[in-house]
Amino acid sequence: MTILTFTLILLLGAYLAGLAGSLTGLGGGVVIIPLLTLFFHVDIRYAIGAALVASIATSSGSASAYVKEGIINVRLGMFLEIATTAGAVLGAIIAVYTPVNLVAILFGVMLIFSAAMTLRKKNEGIITEGSKLSYLLKLNGSYPTKDGPVDYKLKNVGAGFSIMTLAGMLSGLLGIGSGALKVLAMDTAMKVPFRVSTTTSNFMVGVTAAASAVVYLQRGYIDPGIAFPVIIGVLAGAFTGSKLLMKINVNSLKLIFSVAITLIALNMIYNGINHKF
Amino acid sequence: MNKENKRVTDYDMEQLIGQVLRYGVVISGAIAITGGIWYLFQRGSGIPNYTQFNGEPAGYTSFTGIIKGLSRGSATEIIQLGVLVLISTPILRIVFSLISFVMERDKLYVVLTAIVLSIILFSMFAGLKV
Repeated sequence: MTILTFTLILLLGAYLAGLAGSLTGLGGGVVIIPLLTLFFHVDIRYAIGAALVASIATSSGSASAYVKEGIINVRLGMFLEIATTAGAVLGAIIAVYTPVNLVAILFGVMLIFSAAMTLRKKNEGIITEGSKLSYLLKLNGSYPTKDGPVDYKLKNVGAGFSIMTLAGMLSGLLGIGSGALKVLAMDTAMKVPFRVSTTTSNFMVGVTAAASAVVYLQRGYIDPGIAFPVIIGVLAGAFTGSKLLMKINVNSLKLIFSVAITLIALNMIYNGINHKF
Repeated sequence: MNKENKRVTDYDMEQLIGQVLRYGVVISGAIAITGGIWYLFQRGSGIPNYTQFNGEPAGYTSFTGIIKGLSRGSATEIIQLGVLVLISTPILRIVFSLISFVMERDKLYVVLTAIVLSIILFSMFAGLKV
């Protein structure tokens, strides 16, 4: 295989990753790592570098629209970014002492968890009485709907902050956005409405990934020959996905994708246990 | 502070952040395409070798290295510049949020945003390379 064919196949793969990532809400990085390691036999460290780049690209691309529409809770995102960036830096430090096969196993576990999270029931409820801390930190907000703006309050700020630190650490260690954990923190713990938690999570992924990407760039994990097809492919895929999202029903797609992701995850775990990385 | 005024500035910040993110992505994508096409012309017929991790040479991993490569017209450094712009985009978003919170006189969020920015700057300059 020449560099030209490698680039073209990777470009197509990254496009599909961006498309699937934006349709299911999992983000671009999740598919990039198995694609590079299992299919192209690229070292997992280069794959992590590429996934970080993909995460930043998809996060920034889609958040730009949502933030303008006023769905994203910017203050909530900023407050929780203290946890995710600190976690991400910690994760990037731990990564040095973590054997690559363990990274692969952890990635597989995280992938299965993410697949399960895409299928679970969404938090449609809105609570009207927030906790003391939510008022103190000005975290409550409102978001636009067809019937006008809806106010919401939130609680369990401490629990949400703790889960976010873990999400940041995994993000720094594995190179993914860990959007599933971020949504879990906001949705399940803090009771943020689903629309707000998914978009705010997406918004935070870029900053979280950037916090560890500055370390990985200096460590030489980000290769230009892999980075450019990944950036272009993922961006184009996410753009197509956001256009398609309005037109198609994604429920069956989510199911198929979750099954596929779980199979890939088992493969990563199996290879990790057998030291194939 | 008048509530109506405050809403307006929050709205302004959201529009500003949205623009920063959009331009960052478009510019980095354009640089990556330019560098990528040039890269394929130079090395397209070579054999990719990524099965072993060697780490990237200094030219790709530092700001000065990338600038040096750019002055030679090297394709790989053009791509790395695109990567740099992409990584800077969310960081710039934090900087612009900080400015907005200062203008809104939201002291609490000036402090919280400054903490996030310091963590990222620490990550950048603390030499966590090894």
